[in-house]
Amino acid sequence: MIEILVNGKTVSIPDAITLEKVLRSVEVPPNYLAVEINGEVVPKEQHASTIVRDGDELEVVTLVGGG
Amino acid sequence: MSSASETTTNGLIHPDKPLVVGRHELSSRLIVGTGRYDSMEQMRDSLHHSGSDCVTVAVRREKLYDRSGKNILDFIDLDRFVLLPNTAGCYSAKDAVRAARLGREILRTLGNPGSDWVKLEVLGDSRTLLPDPVETVAACKELVDDGFSVLCYTSDCPVTAQRLKAAGAASVMPAGSPIGSGQGLLNPNNLRIILEYLKEDDPDYPVIIDAGVGTASDVSAAFELGADGVLLNTAIAHARDPIRMSRAMRLAAQAGRDAFLAGRIPKRLYATASSPQEGVISSRPYGSQSNVS
Repeated sequence: MIEILVNGKTVSIPDAITLEKVLRSVEVPPNYLAVEINGEVVPKEQHASTIVRDGDELEVVTLVGGG
Repeated sequence: MSSASETTTNGLIHPDKPLVVGRHELSSRLIVGTGRYDSMEQMRDSLHHSGSDCVTVAVRREKLYDRSGKNILDFIDLDRFVLLPNTAGCYSAKDAVRAARLGREILRTLGNPGSDWVKLEVLGDSRTLLPDPVETVAACKELVDDGFSVLCYTSDCPVTAQRLKAAGAASVMPAGSPIGSGQGLLNPNNLRIILEYLKEDDPDYPVIIDAGVGTASDVSAAFELGADGVLLNTAIAHARDPIRMSRAMRLAAQAGRDAFLAGRIPKRLYATASSPQEGVISSRPYGSQSNVS
C-alpha cells in the first residue's frame, strides 16, 4: 500500500498506479475535471501514462458557480 | 464621444460595436456570474434572460466522496455562453496562477473558447474582499507571460489600474463597491479617472465595472460613465426574483450604453424651457425674473 494526498485527504492505494485509474473513483465526467500533481497541471492526454507515486499530492478540481 | 452621424443614419440606430476583450467578441456588454443561486434551474433561467453571452465560473476541489450528483456545466448552454473562469478566493499570486491553469485545463478539455482567458482575483482581506494590488500585479504578469488574456479585478484606485494595464491586462475591472455589497458605484470620480487614464491613447481599451452592483440603475450608471462592460452576480442571484432582475439588468445595460453613445446634456444650474418663449399668452412683469422680487 502507498499513501497519497487527494484534495487534502490521505488516501491509500494498493500500489503506484496511473492517474487515470485513480480518477476512476470519481463520478464526474473526465472533461469536467482538471488535476494537479505536486502543484503542476497534468494535461488530460497524459493521465493514462502518468504514474501516481507514494507521497504525491493531488488536487482534483471542477467548475462551480462563481462571480 | 461619438457624433450623431456615427450612431444613427436617417433615423436608424446603428448596432453597437461588440465588447472586445483579448480574442473574444461579446455581443452583450453584461457578464454575469453563476454563483449564489437557490437552484441550478433558477441560475439557468436567469442567465438566459440576462441576454449575456459570457458567464463566470469558479474552480473548486471536486468533492470526491460526497457528490450531490449535479454539475453546473449541465445547466449552462455551452453553445451560447463562453465561460470565464475566475481565481476567486485566492489570497496569493501563486494560488491564483494555479487556479487559472486548472481552469484553463478544464475548459480546454471541454473545447470551450474561454480556455485562453481568466478573471484574475487576488484578495487581500477576507472581510472587505478587497484585492491585494501587489499580488494582483505579480499574478497578472505571470499569467500574461503564460499566454492568458487576463481580466483583472481591482479596486477603484487609478494608479493600480494603470499598473495592471502596464502589466499586460487585457481588461482592467475596477469594483464599484465591495463584492456582493450591493452599494453600487461608491466613487464615480475614481471610475471616471480610470476610464480617462486607461483610454487616453487607447480609446478601445476595455474597462469593465466588476462588483458592487445592487440594482439596475447601478448598471446604467456604469455605462453612462463610459464603462465598456459590467460584471455582476449577487444583484441578480439574491434578488427576490432573480429571473426578472436579470431582465432588468439587460435593459439597464442597454439603456445606459445607449445614453452614453447618445451623449448626455451638460448639467446647468438654471432651467432652460422646453417650450418656445414666443407667443406665450401669459404676461409677466417686464424685466422681472421672479414673482417675489
